[in-house]
Amino acid sequence: MPLESIGKFETKRLGVLNERGEADPDLMPQLSEEEIRRMYELMLLARVFDERAVALQREGRIGTYPPILGQEAAQVGSAFALSPGDWVFPSFREMGVHLTLGFPIAQLLQYWGGDERAQKAPEGLNIFPFCVAVGSQIPHAVGAALAVRYRRDPAVVVTYFGDGATSKGDFHEGMNMAGVFKLPMVFICQNNQWAISVPLKTQTATTSLAQKAVAYGFEGVQVDGNDVFAVYRATREALEKARGGGGPTFIECLTYRMADHTTADDAGRYRPPEEVALWRERDPITRLERFLEARGAWTPQRRVEAKEKAARVIDDAIREMENVLPPAPAELFDGVLAALTPRQTGQKKGL
Amino acid sequence: MAQLNMVQAINQALAYEMEHDDRVVLLGEDVGRDGGVFRVTEGLIERFGSERVLDTPLCESGIMGAAIGMAAYGLRPVTEIQFMGFTYSAFEQLFAHAARVRSRSRGRFTCPLVVRTPYGGGIKAPELHEESTEALFCQVPGLKVVVPSGPYMAKGLLLSALRDPDPVLFLEPTRLYRLIREEVPEGEYVVELGKARVARAGGAVTVVAWGSMLERVLKAVDGYDAEVLDLLTLSPFDIGAVLASVRKTGRLVIVHEAAKSCGFGAEIAATVAEEAILHLRAPILRVTAPDVPVPLAKLIDHYLPGPQQIRGALDEVLQY
Repeated sequence: MPLESIGKFETKRLGVLNERGEADPDLMPQLSEEEIRRMYELMLLARVFDERAVALQREGRIGTYPPILGQEAAQVGSAFALSPGDWVFPSFREMGVHLTLGFPIAQLLQYWGGDERAQKAPEGLNIFPFCVAVGSQIPHAVGAALAVRYRRDPAVVVTYFGDGATSKGDFHEGMNMAGVFKLPMVFICQNNQWAISVPLKTQTATTSLAQKAVAYGFEGVQVDGNDVFAVYRATREALEKARGGGGPTFIECLTYRMADHTTADDAGRYRPPEEVALWRERDPITRLERFLEARGAWTPQRRVEAKEKAARVIDDAIREMENVLPPAPAELFDGVLAALTPRQTGQKKGL
Repeated sequence: MAQLNMVQAINQALAYEMEHDDRVVLLGEDVGRDGGVFRVTEGLIERFGSERVLDTPLCESGIMGAAIGMAAYGLRPVTEIQFMGFTYSAFEQLFAHAARVRSRSRGRFTCPLVVRTPYGGGIKAPELHEESTEALFCQVPGLKVVVPSGPYMAKGLLLSALRDPDPVLFLEPTRLYRLIREEVPEGEYVVELGKARVARAGGAVTVVAWGSMLERVLKAVDGYDAEVLDLLTLSPFDIGAVLASVRKTGRLVIVHEAAKSCGFGAEIAATVAEEAILHLRAPILRVTAPDVPVPLAKLIDHYLPGPQQIRGALDEVLQY
């Protein structure tokens, strides 16, 4: 038997908007001016939400919070491509996705304020609760996709996770099942390059995360995660493919965690400031502003106005969140089981 | 009425429910073409198709996690984990998710999931094929744990579990799969979860057991005035039935094949101590396996509680 090659692969990287804000006309997705304006406003909303959430934690008004600073394009751009019936299984650092899908802002803050009642997504919004155990939401998305297939529904199931999750067993088990059953799914990896203090090179020996999809028999693509148009385009194509029976896609959004892992972390202990400075230059919002400016659709005043508008929305939500009455002690038992056990019933009465 | 063994009775329950509820789907390793390693799902793929009887890759955590997603979407998945020792790689999915989906989402999503797994010792199988770690699962609020003791109970309990709105771990005593035949009605009947059964009436001592130990206990108590309770559901267990019997007999022996320390017997004993200590005429005794890993076949008879130990405990409390 000769020694022969039995497989070759290549992994593509998609970028639409360069750092100067110039879009590749061949790759620019179809988006109306209004849609682009909404994307911009959502990214600013996510930015202001994040700033306020960190400030609220510092003031002791909410608990530990995981910032999304720098990941606004990866989150808004991907969520923007979803259709209303689609299902989302998030991790815990995708508040930009929640904001884009219209999850109530006060409720998001309420959750990070330590109120579990806020995990209840509004009816009609198929977004699963935050998943704190890294990567363990991935098989849930696989199951939902099996159910979608079984019910012949037109929905696609999307799961979000970070670079750290790609080292976990559930990532492997989930990706493998998605490939085997050719499920209507999109795996969106927010590769922000840091899992607390562990850099990407300690997480994987591969040159990209996207190439991991090859091992599961489906397509993986790396996109510039700070390029909202590239993220949107890749997600939209993956959704269309999934809806058309073409199976799953893995999208690696290469971005950067500009802030600490959480408000309880100090990234200065393990991360060179030059690296952070380099990525600050690649701010996804600035990049979109350069694009808009070149089209005469943006001035610095525009940012001030849009930020003020976002701040008003967030501040209203903060007031709303702080006006929510704390849960009653008996709510400890809410939803533990459809019908409480006799012992639980006694414990509830005894509170 | 047909005389069925437990494999056939469980198969009948699954088939009945699949016939009447298109939300019920099975998934697991070898559950389809092979009919499961114990043949519990035999014939179901032919009858209901490969979309409802899904042969999965070898991935217990993935199977459990996928079942959670299916349940959240509105299906009623049934996973088969081939042996209880392999549920360990699915702990996170069961403990951190299945048991918490309803409370975490405040009822927006639920997890009506049945996890079937063969459990218990005495079948001459390799390591990790004879585990009895039910107490681990009973510590988790939001998860129910059910253990049938024979074919009739298995079918009725499984039909209840399949209709339960919350996740149920259904432990199938492997040693009993083909050991006992009972009359099992062909049609529908349910055995309510959370209720114990008086398997044998008596007045001088209460013996609580479940799963394959029940069969041993019933043989061992011959000649004693013992009341035998078949617990059937461990979580939540039927506190009322245990207390009522203990208040009558004044003596309690608990028999389980799991290790002693932090075994489920400890929970029962503590509950009786809290609620009925003044009714006791003797210390509560536990007849259990020693605190060692489940051994292979050559030592299993020294591990599993036998009739002699059960009778020894009965004599001790009766003569106290």
